[in-house]
Amino acid sequence: MVITTTIPDSGEQLQPTFASRYVRTPVPKYKMPADPIPKEAAYQIINDELMLDGTPRLNLASFVTTWMEPECEKLMMAAINKNYVDMDEYPVTTELQNRCVNMIARLFNAPVGESDTAVGVGTVGSSEAIMLAGLAFKRKWQTKRKLEGKPYDKPNIVTGANVQVCWEKFARYFEVDLKEVKLSEGYYVMDPVKAVEMVDENTICVAAILGSTLTGEFENVKLLNELLTKKNKETGWDTPIHVDAASGGFIAPFIYPNLEWDFRLPLVKSINVSGHKYGLVYPGVGWVIWRTKEDLPEDLIFHINYLGSDQPTFTLNFSKGSSQIIAQYYQFVRLGFEGYKNVMENCLENARVLKEGIEKTGLFNIVSKEDGVPLVAFSLKDSSKYDVFEISGSLRRFGWIVPAYTMPPNAEHIAVLRVVIREDFSRALAERLISDIEKVMKEMETHPIRVSTKTAHVTATVDETQDGDDGGKKHIKKSARETPEEITTYWRKLVAGKRTGIC
Amino acid sequence: MVISKATSNSDDFTIHSTFASRYVRASFPRFKMPENSIPKEAAFQIINDELMLDGNPRLNLASFVTTWMEPECDKLIMASINKNYVDMDEYPVTTELQNRCVNMIAHLFNAPLGEAEAAVGVGTVGSSEAIMLAGLAFKRKWQNKRKAEGKPYDKPNIVTGANVQVCWEKFARYFEVELKEVKLREDYLVMDPVKAVEMVDENTICVAAILGSTLNGEFEDVKLLNDLLVEKNKQTGWDTPIHVDAASGGFIAPFLYPELEWDFRLPLVKSINVSGHKYGLVYAGIGWVIWRSKDDLPEELIFHINYLGTDQPTFTLNFSKGSSQVIAQYYQLIRLGFEGYKNVMENCRENMLVLKAGLEKTGRFNIVSKDNGVPLVAFSLKNNSCHDEFEVSDYLRRFGWIVPAYTMPPDAQNVTVLRVVIREDFSRTLAERLVIDIQKVLHELDTLPSKITAKIALNGENADKNVTVVTKKSAIETQREITTVWRKFVMEKKKMNGVC
Repeated sequence: MVITTTIPDSGEQLQPTFASRYVRTPVPKYKMPADPIPKEAAYQIINDELMLDGTPRLNLASFVTTWMEPECEKLMMAAINKNYVDMDEYPVTTELQNRCVNMIARLFNAPVGESDTAVGVGTVGSSEAIMLAGLAFKRKWQTKRKLEGKPYDKPNIVTGANVQVCWEKFARYFEVDLKEVKLSEGYYVMDPVKAVEMVDENTICVAAILGSTLTGEFENVKLLNELLTKKNKETGWDTPIHVDAASGGFIAPFIYPNLEWDFRLPLVKSINVSGHKYGLVYPGVGWVIWRTKEDLPEDLIFHINYLGSDQPTFTLNFSKGSSQIIAQYYQFVRLGFEGYKNVMENCLENARVLKEGIEKTGLFNIVSKEDGVPLVAFSLKDSSKYDVFEISGSLRRFGWIVPAYTMPPNAEHIAVLRVVIREDFSRALAERLISDIEKVMKEMETHPIRVSTKTAHVTATVDETQDGDDGGKKHIKKSARETPEEITTYWRKLVAGKRTGIC
Repeated sequence: MVISKATSNSDDFTIHSTFASRYVRASFPRFKMPENSIPKEAAFQIINDELMLDGNPRLNLASFVTTWMEPECDKLIMASINKNYVDMDEYPVTTELQNRCVNMIAHLFNAPLGEAEAAVGVGTVGSSEAIMLAGLAFKRKWQNKRKAEGKPYDKPNIVTGANVQVCWEKFARYFEVELKEVKLREDYLVMDPVKAVEMVDENTICVAAILGSTLNGEFEDVKLLNDLLVEKNKQTGWDTPIHVDAASGGFIAPFLYPELEWDFRLPLVKSINVSGHKYGLVYAGIGWVIWRSKDDLPEELIFHINYLGTDQPTFTLNFSKGSSQVIAQYYQLIRLGFEGYKNVMENCRENMLVLKAGLEKTGRFNIVSKDNGVPLVAFSLKNNSCHDEFEVSDYLRRFGWIVPAYTMPPDAQNVTVLRVVIREDFSRTLAERLVIDIQKVLHELDTLPSKITAKIALNGENADKNVTVVTKKSAIETQREITTVWRKFVMEKKKMNGVC
């Protein structure tokens, strides 16, 4: 406990929060302040500044869970001071993680016996999960090549250009070449045929995505498996598959149980899923499951022993909180298969309602598919007068955060708005969003921002040409609003084009 | 929200009191997700109850990681638990709080920055991630340099002491860098700068020094390391840099030992990591890594995410994660300020001295830790022939205290210590209580027969008689022997590195 020192100016303790001098001093930004301040003041100052953050539940950009039951929050708060990695001290928490791994492995039809322990681990998110899976593939491939006496210094991984940024990180940090299958207009996921063509002897694995970030589509893992099996027969390279089911892993088993995408396909050796997306847990938990022990090279595993039994660990992070793991277990036992199914069905239904409402405006094309992650991605039929970025900006005024993105190559000319339907996006909110979109579109139609600017440009050119012979020049004064608008739009496009931070 | 279904079951779960319902009779799922939902109250109660059997975090004297924060901060943490930190576009204030923390910590470490210059650094999930990022930066810089020189760059190595925490071994193994460890000695339990500099070769990407060794809390002599390495660099031209793993010490040294030069004041120190969740006084889940300047972080490792038109460079292994700990760190930095942190560290040091004095007074222990360093007390038994430190640790567990026992890394494996970490919330009262309980444990152990006495008695008697005597061991002796053998076996396999 911090020993409270008596501050000479004793009137401080009596003043109500906003009467004290603390709300008048500038908040420290570069250097640690020399003196302490009362905890109420610290709380208030930070709390108030944070009011200007977006509201998480209105953040329609994110797949990550923004609401949990109060009972679960109680469990999370109680576990917030438990360092998850202290397995010796918190054996029950460790066991809860193991139970979650077992449950998820069976959900993905891993070939484990009734009471066998599955091979897998809890991570901080799918990024860590993917890095671990990628590391395992890289090490396995290197070992194989060494045995064959072949060079092993140029590993590569084949994925679609629609991959989330963590794959690019993995490639860059772990020195693996990323071979991306380009997209095309109308086909926004990885084409299995092209992917298999790109596989060579240095390919450590082919990564398929179940639930593409941009359109929510599920890639055809079954077809990929079949084509790759054939190629493997011809080449003898034994190239495996990893399924990035960050979003889809907690949707497909409940809504599309007959879709074969998981360990039912023999070449699938590892799968990652985000507990904090449709696993319905707050940010900070992901899972990676391996098919069998053989798929996880032993030399990557560190053995920590507790209470005499062996607890193998293979994670990048060490100390971290236990709250999210406990919350994941809570969700599994609280909801069960039935509960998750109900939640996912609700999400799909609300996605359908939203999609229909947007279609009814007549101004949009729906880019996302019906089957897949419950989200609605839509583009403008006509982007000449205004574009999706402006719509996104205008929606922000109502409180909605609806992001706009351009597609990756080779579909960069397509820009979409994307609304992700999470558990807590009810029908009421869907209908409200539709009516707000309608309001925004009406505004755009009647007061298009760009038209006057373009006309101004056109007029200028015309005039100059006309005056060309005269040698005189005409300057059209832009209104005070148009220039900043233009600059903002230009910068936003430039900035959005570089953006790969979509998650 | 989950639609609640009306169940046809006649025992209406909404009426039954928690422990009267059928849910506490059902075996809880361990391998397969259950088919049906259960009421949230039942789910809460069952999980909560099982968790009662976990250790009490505040009595976990094994850990450096913070186990108590003020309720006001708990409030802020709970309020931001649903904010995905990586959504910089949507949560610009949270992002800015992280940037402010980076600036403050960089200034605390005397990074060469201008008044309003933004520091180079990032918040991570812990020191493991921080070290991996720092190591990656060194590796890439070294590779680029070697490529430019036309020399081979396939065998990078890193020089550290054998007392490093397991995350360095992880970094080495996962990122394919060789780990060259300076062995310890019984009387010198940290990295010897002289030996370290000797081990440096042209493939060394950096030398890692630890400020606050995990095992005995000692600060390594970074200044000496810097001086020796500067000299070697002059001779060789290799320009080998230093990284300081200040996971524990980074939030202690600036407050208790401000004259100690260990940070960016030393020219070869290019990056420093510190755990926000150790003496940064925040709950588990936050670390920081600071680079000296932009040049020390190769541009190609940074991913640029743009938000609201401004560039936010990111370089982390994790992407989505909670925002709570970053906000909590900022809360602590402005709530406590320099003076507040100093007070907390001084209290820890004071309580550490009280505990140390209490242990010395028993006359049964050697104190292995130093006074200066991380506030912890590492102690070993003067005489461990009858009962060893592991037994003391076990017996203390019965009182509720979790005090771990460890053997030192090579070449000091015959030294076993018990270690008590003094955290912010370990008051003097608790220190005094711990001493009393340790005395009780020693007293109890003294009355118990030792496993070794029986053997000595046996050998002594029969050396001349040439008669085989079979002594019936009591059931408990046999059991204890077996447990001790297994424990030693397991401890040997246990890379002490589970120590954090």
